Amino acid sequence: MRNVAILSYAQTPYVRSEIRRNEVEMLMPTLAEAIEKSGLDRKEIGFTVSGSSDYIAGQAFSFVMAVDSLGAFPPIRESHVEMDGAWAMYEAWVKIQTGEIDSALCFSFSRSSMGTPAEVMTLQLDPYTLAPLGIDAISLAALQARALLDQGKVSERDLAQIAARSRRDAMSNPEAQLKGDFDVDAILAEPTLVSPLRRHDCPPISDGAAVIVIAAEEAAKKSGAQPVWIRGIDDRIEPQQPGFRDLTVSRSAQLASQGAGVADGAVDVAELHAPFTHQELILRQAIGLGDDVRINPSGGALAANALLVAGLARIGEASRAILRGDARRAVAHATQGPCLQHNLVCVLEGE
Amino acid sequence: MSDAAEPVKRLVTPVRIEYRYTPGIAATKFLKAIAQGKLVGQRCPVTGKVYIPPRGASPTHGVPTEEEVEVSDKGTVVTYTIVRVPSENIELELPYAAAQILLDGADIPFSALLQEVVVEDVRIGMRVQAVWRPKEEWGPTFENIEYFKPIDEPDVPFEQFKEHL
Repeated sequence: MRNVAILSYAQTPYVRSEIRRNEVEMLMPTLAEAIEKSGLDRKEIGFTVSGSSDYIAGQAFSFVMAVDSLGAFPPIRESHVEMDGAWAMYEAWVKIQTGEIDSALCFSFSRSSMGTPAEVMTLQLDPYTLAPLGIDAISLAALQARALLDQGKVSERDLAQIAARSRRDAMSNPEAQLKGDFDVDAILAEPTLVSPLRRHDCPPISDGAAVIVIAAEEAAKKSGAQPVWIRGIDDRIEPQQPGFRDLTVSRSAQLASQGAGVADGAVDVAELHAPFTHQELILRQAIGLGDDVRINPSGGALAANALLVAGLARIGEASRAILRGDARRAVAHATQGPCLQHNLVCVLEGE
Repeated sequence: MSDAAEPVKRLVTPVRIEYRYTPGIAATKFLKAIAQGKLVGQRCPVTGKVYIPPRGASPTHGVPTEEEVEVSDKGTVVTYTIVRVPSENIELELPYAAAQILLDGADIPFSALLQEVVVEDVRIGMRVQAVWRPKEEWGPTFENIEYFKPIDEPDVPFEQFKEHL
């Protein structure tokens, strides 16, 4: 295996609605910042890959338009996944392993606010039996939360505490969107949005972009950037039908955690892509994180949830925790699909 | 379920999602200008090339294009096709020509339909000009230009626009 490092990470401030700039205009300064910090020249980066979805943009071929922000002339090697940007980075990591390239620019972007995200996510469901019911992302998450609560191992108070901690931590993250000091009892006094979930248990609608530059060891050393090493990475997927699996556990996150080698050392910080409060509890269990692990110091997806960006942002935020000196070894996780269907776990370490 | 039940042969599942789309800074400037009857592109600060309609970035250099440049509503056909099948949103009589038109002052061609010409006469290098709808109908839309029509100017040699296809 080739050693691969994150050389740089940049993200936009996340906002409720980016109505002024289009995707290209939103991306350009963030791409420039990440490339600048990577120490690599734009032209020497061997591969470019993005994650986004036309369904979110409400525009056909929106990812092709995003290429305008890259300066792709002379032609570059470029790819796209209709997935979270974390999987764009995974594609680049695999391509580095093949020896075909030594460095890659990975990014994702979305203006989730152009549509109604909870309903847009309905279209990823089985189109014959499930999507026609019109079940939206919040309702599906609520079914999962109900199944978890009914087991009696966790309470609504546990969920409210996750919401309060995430939004409080987000106060020290300049790019986070939804932040503040919220009282757990006050949260619990609020009505449910989709029972048992309250508004606080759900992510905000966010627009934004994230960019990461990775490189193989030789290229990383030459770049002069302070590397954060990707020590392990794995992704696993479960059946698309939420009814085919036990929603209170995440077998795929567990397998991805094993594949990435999470248990091979102590974990200081974990950035978990849990858009809904209860999902943090499921993931914590599945990935095998003890009570001493600091979860989502960035505020996580509960503080900013640009669709298909928030997973890549977890990797970026975990790398930042290492660069800040808050962690020696960190875990980053990304998810997509209904109710944690598809999970990616990676382990990061500093020098 | 009874064996006599008819099997399901067809399932109709309508899907509709509404978006509130905003076009961005550069395209907003273009649309506001076309509402005033002007065609305004943006110039790449590195190459000097003028893009219209602008999307805010120089596609060759990935840098913002901020300088606005008004271009002519006259131009040259750089390529075209004859349309012989009907299209739901175009009510023109068949056949008609759809062309890529390099507007004078721009560096990339602009898509438009040609009228007031028999399709056999359409050719690469032909000079054309926009025919605008009545001013009182103008809005922030491409539809302000009804179509392009030929004008009485000599054809432009291919050598002069071969870099702008």
